[in-house]
Amino acid sequence: MKLRPFRLTVLCLSLMIPAALVAVVLFLVVYSGQAMVFNGLHFLTDVTWNLGDLYDDPVVVKGIQVPAGAEYGILAFIVGTLASSFLAIIIAVPLSVGTAIFLAEAVPEIERATWRHFPWLPPLRPALAMLVELVAVVPSVVFGLWGIAVLIPFIGHHISPTGSGYGLLAAAIVLALMITPIIASTLFDALCQVPKENRESAFALGSTHFEVVTKAMMPMVRATLIGGIVLALGRALGETMAVLMVSGGGSNILPHSLFSPISTIASFIVGQLDSAEADPTNMSVRALSEVALVLFLITLAVNAAAKLLSSGALNVRKRQ
Amino acid sequence: MSASASKSPSKSPVSTLALRRTIVSKLGWIACGIGLLLVIFPLLDIVGVVTFNGLAAFNWDLFTKDTGGAGLGMANAIEGTFVITVFAMVIAVPIGVGAGVYLSEYGKNKTGSTIRFLSDVLTGTPSIVLGYFSYIVFIIGFGWGFSLAAAAITIAILIVPYLARITELALQQVPNTMREAAFALGGADATVVGKVVLPAASSGVITGALLALAISVGETAPLIYTAGWSDHGWDGRFTHAPVAYLTYVIWTFIDQPDARSHAIAYAAAFLVMIVVLAINIGVRLTVKRGAKLA
Repeated sequence: MKLRPFRLTVLCLSLMIPAALVAVVLFLVVYSGQAMVFNGLHFLTDVTWNLGDLYDDPVVVKGIQVPAGAEYGILAFIVGTLASSFLAIIIAVPLSVGTAIFLAEAVPEIERATWRHFPWLPPLRPALAMLVELVAVVPSVVFGLWGIAVLIPFIGHHISPTGSGYGLLAAAIVLALMITPIIASTLFDALCQVPKENRESAFALGSTHFEVVTKAMMPMVRATLIGGIVLALGRALGETMAVLMVSGGGSNILPHSLFSPISTIASFIVGQLDSAEADPTNMSVRALSEVALVLFLITLAVNAAAKLLSSGALNVRKRQ
Repeated sequence: MSASASKSPSKSPVSTLALRRTIVSKLGWIACGIGLLLVIFPLLDIVGVVTFNGLAAFNWDLFTKDTGGAGLGMANAIEGTFVITVFAMVIAVPIGVGAGVYLSEYGKNKTGSTIRFLSDVLTGTPSIVLGYFSYIVFIIGFGWGFSLAAAAITIAILIVPYLARITELALQQVPNTMREAAFALGGADATVVGKVVLPAASSGVITGALLALAISVGETAPLIYTAGWSDHGWDGRFTHAPVAYLTYVIWTFIDQPDARSHAIAYAAAFLVMIVVLAINIGVRLTVKRGAKLA
């Protein structure tokens, strides 16, 4: 076989992507090894995260040096992550379905009806579609800033019985806004690809336009919609800054209402930087590494599910 | 919408049923329209609030003074974000474009699809996980401390998969006849890619680089555990010197009690938002429905 230096070079460059991924997983696993031994399964089932006494002499448990009284349980953060993400999905799905249907079907009609009177206007649909997509590119931290400046006072004054806007609901609303464009643009693309014949036959049967959309088109894109929702869930689970800024940073207690302060796994990792640095035994850094590993595994599972679902949906579309 | 609704009465024998269907349809359209408004309104509100407060806070001190000392400006954060982004791009662009070239030109095989799959996994990995990985490897393991090198490498890991994917998509647009012509003229692999395929796809590759730039300017989570924070400008060292960055200013200054800190937070948010939105709008206006990230 001939040696091809150029192909070899670009192959090596592209192999750096898998290498980085493998390194991430490997180092997280290796570094959290001691924490896994120390925590056991309590890590996933305990609510209390206690760094222990960082100033006293460390004690030795199972042959591992840990601060006295340390225990690491992340159940509260797992629950906070799942609760905020699922709530966000519940808010985002109707919004994005409405958005996608309106963009795909109603906006062209509006354009046809009114735009010929105003030929100088820019086309409406690309502009609206771009606005929806732009929601997805606003940096997370700017969403958080808006949450603090606008959303939190609103929830605190008008909705929350406790008068504090920080908590599960605020986190879910911000997350919902951030993931809506993902679901909406996936669904919008799918709706635009529904064959003309299916729409026309539904019209010919005497359906109203809305019935054509809900009864003839939506069933055809259901698989794509579900794929998009799962993809959005993956994004919501790993979202950090916006959640950190509006969630109230609750810890060591399971959320009991929409207004409970919570932490998600991702926001908790950020919040723990200072205390982790103060631990002389480095145990909390190792435990946090285990936390990051759990977050990685959860998002990996969700993204894999999204991939399977959307590839299946693609096959259906090609067959038509 | 209404044009089609008028067809239904003739079909339906019971006029109340027809009426109900018309009303349900109208209500359905209204609900969908409200959905769209509920998505677009927060975006406009975010842009409005940040622009209003950000512009109100603007003065020259922001660009000439550091957050340290009297705390009047954010020159160190602007400089830091610029430096982190530049070095992240310097690391990421060759790797990302090279990987894209491999995937597009020679990646129609098992290796290619494996790399593509793992690249998607890396894209889906939460950025805080990447940040924590860098923390335990570079900050603790290598002993670099919070530093520019750790921050730039982390951001590079984050954006390489995007660059690779967009480069691949761009190169796929180049017709095969061009490659065949170049090979027929005796071009070697490197010549064909470098002189024919890449130039033909250059706008797509530049688009990818710009989008990656927008991502790196707007990221926060992976930098917290790698860049640290400094109240002063970058001192030229790659390791053992924390760097400031704009998104940190937004995150922490909004929690300070004084009005000047809030003003600086909004000014930083305005800068970051303008860069990110300008790049994304520009890219979308020039390439219609091109490479999509979402």
